[in-house]
Amino acid sequence: MDAKTKSKRFRTRWRKQDTELTILALPTTVWYILFCFLPMFGIIIAFKNFKISGGFLSNVFNSPWAGFKNFEFLFKSNDAWIIIRNTIGYNIVFIILGIVIPVALALMIGMIHNRRAGKVYQTMMFLPYFLSWVVVSAVGWAFLSFDKGIVNQVLVDMGRDPINWYMEPSYWPYFLIFMNIWKGLGYGMVVYLATITGIDKTYYEAAVIDGASIWQQTRFITLPLMKLVIIMMFILAVGRIFYTDFGLFFQVPRDSNSLFNVTTTIDVLVYKQLKSATVGMASAAAFVQSVLGCLMILFANWVVRRIDPDSAMI
Amino acid sequence: MATRTVYESGLDRFNRPSKSVNIIFNLIFIILALVCVVPILVVLSISLSSEESIRQTGYHIFPTALSGEAYGYIVNQGTMILRALGVSLFVTIVGTVLGVLLTTSMGYAISRPNFKLKGLLTWIVFIPMVFNGGLVSSYYINSNMLGLKDTIWALILPLAVSSFNVIICKTFFKSTIPDGLIESAEMDGASQMRIFFSIILPISLPVIATIGLFLCFGYWNDWFQSMLYINNQDLYSLQALLNNLMSNVDALAKNAASMGVSYAMLAATMPKESARMAVAIVIVLPVAFAYPFFQRYFISGLTVGAVKG
Repeated sequence: MDAKTKSKRFRTRWRKQDTELTILALPTTVWYILFCFLPMFGIIIAFKNFKISGGFLSNVFNSPWAGFKNFEFLFKSNDAWIIIRNTIGYNIVFIILGIVIPVALALMIGMIHNRRAGKVYQTMMFLPYFLSWVVVSAVGWAFLSFDKGIVNQVLVDMGRDPINWYMEPSYWPYFLIFMNIWKGLGYGMVVYLATITGIDKTYYEAAVIDGASIWQQTRFITLPLMKLVIIMMFILAVGRIFYTDFGLFFQVPRDSNSLFNVTTTIDVLVYKQLKSATVGMASAAAFVQSVLGCLMILFANWVVRRIDPDSAMI
Repeated sequence: MATRTVYESGLDRFNRPSKSVNIIFNLIFIILALVCVVPILVVLSISLSSEESIRQTGYHIFPTALSGEAYGYIVNQGTMILRALGVSLFVTIVGTVLGVLLTTSMGYAISRPNFKLKGLLTWIVFIPMVFNGGLVSSYYINSNMLGLKDTIWALILPLAVSSFNVIICKTFFKSTIPDGLIESAEMDGASQMRIFFSIILPISLPVIATIGLFLCFGYWNDWFQSMLYINNQDLYSLQALLNNLMSNVDALAKNAASMGVSYAMLAATMPKESARMAVAIVIVLPVAFAYPFFQRYFISGLTVGAVKG
């Protein structure tokens, strides 16, 4: 508000500083136009019979309109139902576990007597966050490979038959959920731990004087004060419910065709269609994701603003 | 973050759970910490196993026959791996420097309250956080229109700026740099460029460290851009190489074949399984050693993001 009234007062004059700041911001602005805004207009290829050969712009203008053919094609295929189920289903599980587990662990690590040990645990649990999905995929292979993997060796030692993990869809929902939590644990804990350490210590002192146990303090002080952050994280995650982590669903199952039904999400389908040059369906799926994703984010932001105006993006 | 002084006040001993609960909590965290770290140690152990033992008995948590042949192969024969290391280093360094410059300059411009284009530029930064063109149109624009396909810039440019980072910068400049400092420099006749480079950047090291680390880890860990835009094996980064090796171990021998050894012979004798895991270790090692020291910059960025997403 303050800035707005100020700029009104100076509206009449374009100063030297404005020119200089414009020049300073110019390279980044060009970057935004090339890498963010051009693709936004390129989204109309979802409504076109787009051909890959030749220049992009001339193709966009010259290729014939297809109306909603690409969408019809997408939604008539069996894949549409599978990718929507997987994308939303996995995200719901990730959102719930991605809040419950890090919150519980953040509360627990704050209670550990030895602060230094807590710090060491936290650092160790942060490691997977810094690994790329390609490395995680190699790690997974070391455990799940059919003939050399560690898990199958344990099974054989126990007198059981080895399992061809990359061919068995029934296990993969659990693997994917585990991998996602494994990789995101350190990040989640950091966010909630920052909230816990930010709580005014005098609350606890007052509670102790009133004879509250540590559990009562957690239940009646820490958790209520974390409620806002938990709700924010929840809503922001809901805003991204149409997006999935491509690396998790493509790299970790190693693109195995037998696992198609349980590992294909919107992002994976778009990538695969793009690589197999079926642009029509890929662009239709990408369009649906962009538009629904945008609506979800705006909706999430609207909810955030009703709860806590300071945390809203707009 | 957690401070050690927390338990110094006398009241604090009431704020702890009982000893037995403390032991249980410690055990839980020890198990979780091991679950997070041991898988990487397993990969390290496989990379140190001899090819013969892997062929006979598979992967093990502890190597049955210790051998450095995978690393010896990388040093002696691995032109491809050394080249990939070079690509990864180049992309990471150039990308981080470029990204920091682009991010901070934009962040500074939109943090100045009297800047005439502030509103417009803030929208330019903000809109991509809500709406994006999706993979298909970005792919065609980058590869056909901007001609980035099979160039090293395809690995650098698309990842250089993120609106999230720009907003972290803007928030930092707004909240920690006193207006008087900039105004007095303006009165002394300094140009905005000069103010930005000789006053703002030197006193903004914490936020530069945060953004730089996000970018640095992002570039080092990126494999998606390579998968989309790079077909030429000379431009493979370490991640792209590992990605390729996961589906096709023999690829390692291809490049060496041109150096006089026959492809078939090399493919038969090279330590494939352990070399693959050795590449993973070459990727992970710098990250694993660096992140404990840089954690706090990461954490400050992540928590800003969580509050002001």
